Amino acid sequence: MTTYALQKLAEEKVFKDPVHRYIHVRDQVIWDLVGTREFQRLRRIRQLGTTYLTFHGAEHSRFNHSLGVYEIVRRIVDDVFASRPEWDHSERLLCLCAALLHDLGHGPFSHSFEKVFDLDHENFTQEIILGQTEVNRVLTKVEPDFPQKVADVIAKTYENKQVISLISSQIDADRMDYLQRDAYFTGVSYGHFDMERILRVLRPLDDQVVIKSSGMHAVEDYIMSRYQMYWQVYFHPVTRSSEVILTKILHRAKELSSQGYEFAYEPRHFKSMFTGNVTLKDYLNLDESVVTYYFQMWEDEKDPILRDLCDRFMQRRLFKYVEFDPSKEYKKLNQLEQLFKEAELDPDYYLVVDSSSDLPYDFYRPGEEEERVPIHLLMPGGEIKELSRQSEIVDAISGKRRTDHKLYYPKDCLLDDSTHKETKQKILDILGVTER
Amino acid sequence: MKDHARLMQAFSAVDEIVGRKKLQKIIFIAKKHNYAFHEKYQFHFFGPYSEELTLRVEELCNMGFLKEFNEKKSGYYQYRYEITDEGRDFLASQTEAPSAELEPFLTDLNQQSSRFLELVSTILYFDTLEEAECIEKVKKVKEKQNYTEEEFQEALSYIAHLKDFS
Repeated sequence: MTTYALQKLAEEKVFKDPVHRYIHVRDQVIWDLVGTREFQRLRRIRQLGTTYLTFHGAEHSRFNHSLGVYEIVRRIVDDVFASRPEWDHSERLLCLCAALLHDLGHGPFSHSFEKVFDLDHENFTQEIILGQTEVNRVLTKVEPDFPQKVADVIAKTYENKQVISLISSQIDADRMDYLQRDAYFTGVSYGHFDMERILRVLRPLDDQVVIKSSGMHAVEDYIMSRYQMYWQVYFHPVTRSSEVILTKILHRAKELSSQGYEFAYEPRHFKSMFTGNVTLKDYLNLDESVVTYYFQMWEDEKDPILRDLCDRFMQRRLFKYVEFDPSKEYKKLNQLEQLFKEAELDPDYYLVVDSSSDLPYDFYRPGEEEERVPIHLLMPGGEIKELSRQSEIVDAISGKRRTDHKLYYPKDCLLDDSTHKETKQKILDILGVTER
Repeated sequence: MKDHARLMQAFSAVDEIVGRKKLQKIIFIAKKHNYAFHEKYQFHFFGPYSEELTLRVEELCNMGFLKEFNEKKSGYYQYRYEITDEGRDFLASQTEAPSAELEPFLTDLNQQSSRFLELVSTILYFDTLEEAECIEKVKKVKEKQNYTEEEFQEALSYIAHLKDFS
């Protein structure tokens, strides 16, 4: 390692943070990474995408979250693991950099963009770290193969599994930060748990990080918080409606482009997305401000579908929804698609099944190799036990996936009986909509 | 439901798949060869793994289109998947047909062991690296599996053989 790796700032820098109070930076490398253009870009990407249309406080960015994850990992490696012989102290800077940069490749409204344009933010994280970027230049100064090590930790292909576990496991710094941060900014009363307690009982052991059994109740609380946040915030049906519309806008714009449609305002920033040749430079030039700017411009497009969808998104005229059971109702969906066509509502854009699903906690089952690494408790005698074997609360929800399917549609269009009155009534009847 | 339908077409092509790990690797390898599967993969402890695939398969089971059997085999349990009659009805209602090459491709993969497919899929996961570098990487991340040089050679030959399908 070069001296740069060990270089400290003359004076510690602190970021004021609503979740951790202060985020402490003493390493020159970390300070330099925060100052790169690729990291600063995260200020312009919201942590929760379109959730701000449901919870108006959810305007926080991936920049805030990335600093939060860094701070949690810093406390683990500098305080909790400092005196532990099972921990390789030479991994400290690697952990801090990987924590700080773990979400670097996220684009604007990642979920929808990835789906429509077949992108993967994890690949872009790798490209930013390993490519010709300011981040890469900082990391290379540590040592030539340091960018690759950071990329490997984030991709979970690094040899030291303890390092990976801190950033990515069923109880990791990423989740501990986003649960608390998202709860704070959405204003919900879920998502709170005793992180101080969890940090104090983390122990490095062999190729994993385990929890002292005395911290089991704090972990139970964390798992329940996570469960509630998923269903109360992340899978909120109104947020899903805005995601559905956002996704359809992108689909429509891509479709129009492939048909040679002439946009009144040239979508220069989207060109390579439409053709599937996205360079890193193009990707980094897109952020949520740019995307919403286009949506605003497209409110005046001549294509009625693009215009309408953008107007819905910008003015928050979202789709309504009904519960949907795909196993019993897939034939009904075919029928609805036909009726939507008759009513001159393109079902590809105006009739959408959306599914959400979460598995609060899972563990290996005997005999079948699973991919989820369980949370292990370190018992007083030194024995290791899987969490759900000790905790009745966790056992009750282990491996139990909850799934929710909804069918989204534009109720306002169906209630407009100036055209296709009978067909629209049939649709409303099938959807079970009686309220006008 | 289109992604669900594509998975059902995969199950239909091979009649049954034994083992969750095997299923994961088969779909990953097929995706790598440009068959229309959209499940997102990440690297996990047993190689490329897709949480989305796990979820969709669970959903297909919950919908009654797939039946999951948990069977004891030589001292350990494994999962086996079969299409139900409801699943066949669902497939019949789909308008999008799979490509003609999908069935022989998946059948060939399904005849391999899950350990071997784990190696093949991990090599493919790192296929942007030079061959020697890729093998070194796989050896590092799969240290516990103790793959032999013969197995590596066999996997590389098999990857070459898979190109014959396209």
